[in-house]
Amino acid sequence: MITEEVMPLNYTEPIEFGKAKRKQRRKILLKGLLFLAPSIILFSIFVFYPMIRTIYLSFFLTNQAGATTVYVGLQNYMDIFTSPIFLKSLKSTFLFVLYTLPGTIILSLFLAVIANEKLKGIDFFRMIFSSSMGVSVAAASVFWMFLFHPSIGFINRGLAALGIAKIGWLTDPHWALLSVSISTIWMNIGFTFLILLGGLQSIDSHLYESAAIDGAGYFYKLRRITLPMLSPTLFFVMTVSVINAFQTFGQIDMLTKGGPSNETNLIVYGIYREAFVNYQYGSASAEAIILFIIILIMTLVQFKVGERKVHYQ
Amino acid sequence: MRLALSNKIILYLLLTLSAVILFLPILFAFFMSFMGSQDALLGKILPSHWTLENYEEAFRRLPLLRFLFNSVLISLMIMIGQLIFSSLAAYAFVFLKFKGRETLFFLFVATMMIPFEASIIPNFQTIKALNLIDTYPGLALPFLATAFGTFLLRQTFKQIPIELREASEIAGKGHFKFYLTVVLPIAKSSLVTLGIYSFLSAWNMYLWPLLSTTNDQVRTVQIGLKELQSQEQVNQWGVVMAGAMVVAIPTLILLFIGQKKLQKGLAEGALK
Amino acid sequence: MKQVEMIDISKSYDKQTNVLNDINLSINKGEFFVLVGPSGCGKSTLLRMVAGLEEITSGLLTINGEPANHLPPKERKLSMVFQNYALYPHLTVEQNILFGLDVKKVNKEERKRRLKETAEMIGLTDLLKRKPKELSGGQRQRVALARSVVSRAPLCLMDEPLSNLDAKLRAQMRIEIRRLQRQLGLTMIYVTHDQVEAMTMGDRIMVLNEGKVQQVGKPITLYNEPANTFVASFIGSPKMNLGQAELLAEGKQLIVEDKLQFQLSAQDRIHLPPHQKTTIGIRAEHLYPAANHEATHHLEVAGVEHLGNETLIVFEGIGDQLWSAKWSGQWMVSPGDVVPVSISVENFCFFDAENGRLIKPAYKGQSQEVVAQ
Repeated sequence: MITEEVMPLNYTEPIEFGKAKRKQRRKILLKGLLFLAPSIILFSIFVFYPMIRTIYLSFFLTNQAGATTVYVGLQNYMDIFTSPIFLKSLKSTFLFVLYTLPGTIILSLFLAVIANEKLKGIDFFRMIFSSSMGVSVAAASVFWMFLFHPSIGFINRGLAALGIAKIGWLTDPHWALLSVSISTIWMNIGFTFLILLGGLQSIDSHLYESAAIDGAGYFYKLRRITLPMLSPTLFFVMTVSVINAFQTFGQIDMLTKGGPSNETNLIVYGIYREAFVNYQYGSASAEAIILFIIILIMTLVQFKVGERKVHYQ
Repeated sequence: MRLALSNKIILYLLLTLSAVILFLPILFAFFMSFMGSQDALLGKILPSHWTLENYEEAFRRLPLLRFLFNSVLISLMIMIGQLIFSSLAAYAFVFLKFKGRETLFFLFVATMMIPFEASIIPNFQTIKALNLIDTYPGLALPFLATAFGTFLLRQTFKQIPIELREASEIAGKGHFKFYLTVVLPIAKSSLVTLGIYSFLSAWNMYLWPLLSTTNDQVRTVQIGLKELQSQEQVNQWGVVMAGAMVVAIPTLILLFIGQKKLQKGLAEGALK
Repeated sequence: MKQVEMIDISKSYDKQTNVLNDINLSINKGEFFVLVGPSGCGKSTLLRMVAGLEEITSGLLTINGEPANHLPPKERKLSMVFQNYALYPHLTVEQNILFGLDVKKVNKEERKRRLKETAEMIGLTDLLKRKPKELSGGQRQRVALARSVVSRAPLCLMDEPLSNLDAKLRAQMRIEIRRLQRQLGLTMIYVTHDQVEAMTMGDRIMVLNEGKVQQVGKPITLYNEPANTFVASFIGSPKMNLGQAELLAEGKQLIVEDKLQFQLSAQDRIHLPPHQKTTIGIRAEHLYPAANHEATHHLEVAGVEHLGNETLIVFEGIGDQLWSAKWSGQWMVSPGDVVPVSISVENFCFFDAENGRLIKPAYKGQSQEVVAQ
């Protein structure tokens, strides 16, 4: 090997490169922590500590001020699981998810697909379709409260024109949960539509072009290209929708206050009442833990199932 | 893709029909807010004469301006806080390699699994213990950090070539300077997306303002609307709708302006 | 005076396998030094270690005679041009060029002066207000160069700076970079995978393969006296023709790939290494065309490339090897033809048959003097 000779240099003081390296690493670590510090501190105070504190509270009875008084172990959990109100609120919540999820996804997907074509004025339609995202829960509840109004609401008046008797949408136990679900689907469509449209637009147009060359029809392309390529997005909006459904509060408070006869007393509303109306922080915490566990399981299950069924690019 | 004329017509029909149905609740409310109480009771869709008296009445009954101001302020606070803190965190996750980074990242993921509603009791106690009930910081503090925003920005920052960082390093620019003068300007579009999203979410918050405010001085417009609605007497639907319009129109405008950005940005951030 | 020196430098990511092994090297002030090798050979890693962007696992790096292993990049007084140019997309050309100067505490007048001077030198004066995305590939390359020049760092590192340009522009930029380097007296370490770039630009070249130094030397030395068969086939286009050779008839005959026989003259035998088995190498330009009666061998044509001023002919049937010849002018031959050629042992390089190391370079001198008429 022809390598030019290198004169060895003599350094009187050997330099501690290892030390310098460690110092540099420490510096980077410190910087990293500095950049992350605001988020970590806020998360600690407002996410992690409250979570642990909720678990702790769920083992106690509390006084009016919310201070713990008596340690009761799992008694709060046993109480809520024998409480017909809580069991009913669990059932209502699951029903609510069942009512809202398919409706939201199917309608939003439909809107996203028809709004994905390049047509004149399509931006206007996209705006309209996403508009409910810009309407707050409170405002949307007011709109729907009017639509559901038994005597002057447009739904009942439409029915009257068809000769159907008035329905107490929000006051009849048979209809209340469904009514709240319908208004919730409307509120969710804006966001879900926007995400799905974004997903559709990120699909490579070459796929459609090559399918078109092969002479594939509209529905074939929808089934064989659009839906498989959209599956990660669909999976994401489904997860978000389920979690949102479990966290529903505003429209309940505005539209029904949990009634009639607890039909629409969804779990978060139940927790709110137990904690801030009845001042039972202990059992409210136990309910919150159940909510947390349900959401955790839902997320994990969707993740596991999703991982296998979802087609990632 | 070129569409045949017949398909175009079908598509336009579907689009129009969907748009009408979807927009109807807003449209009804909009018209109703301009009609006299007589029209409302008769079930008219369009006002027989247009009037602003519902709005006047709504502003008379409640300090709506104050509420609007509060909402804007709190939403801005949350928006700016989220932009700063999540961009800082995202920067660390992309450009700073240190031991334990993966663990911290997992911690951020974990926060997404803990719903705010499930930990609302201690949060209420914390804010109360800090004497922050009925204050702006009390309303905004729990929402200043966001894992979602961090992921969204992390995704954007990852697309910045690492050579830009290396070139700055050779030029002698530190991480904070690089973050400020290079990363933030390049990621402007994603920052706008996140900004719009956080402003919208903050503006539309309901449960937390309901719990953490007890007087009109700091109350947000959402809770104001709830008050207006619960005072509702028969014949006064127009006033409530006027209030709802006041609440909804600012965010609707914001949404219409930012719709394109949101649709692109959210899909990207959500999926990777 | 040495600008950069490496003593037993090694790099490993997992503490087990080395991506770079015992690199020893010194680069002089004002020298244009090229690191060349196939992709994945570790050349970019080595450059990044000089820049301070990668940690040095073991060994000593000195810059300006001072140990530099521990120095952060900014204290190494160097500039770097990246393959993708690393231009800041949100800044104008002017701001990009001046990006590093505010840290270096250069005052405003000086900055202006340097900007003007550099822009003129590199031909960017009319583009200063544009953003990178409004520039062509070649213009972006110039901005990257300008940024490097304006820093006044005595040492400049370049990591495949021309690989994103088309062939014509590349040839032009080669000359410009070389001119700039000479004009400014820069010490340059230039990484490329393109041996043509290495040959045409470098004062000296280091060939790297699989993390090991293959050879360091002047371009012509690498071409004429490749240290091993790797360098022989890496440097030069087409690559050196190689074949297994064996001495027969008590050293009076050499046979290559059991096919080509060479009768050895007395002079040949003086220069030949004593090894029984060797690998021989011969450059394409030494497979001469011959008239039938002068021909030493007849070879079968496998392919022909007409370049206009010269013709590249690929022969087959020499064992498993394909040999190529480069003939001046235009030769009308077709695949399948058997062509008379003249091959001489005096043009053979001899390599160890086992480890591929050079035993003896061709004894016939290569260089020719230009004689003024």
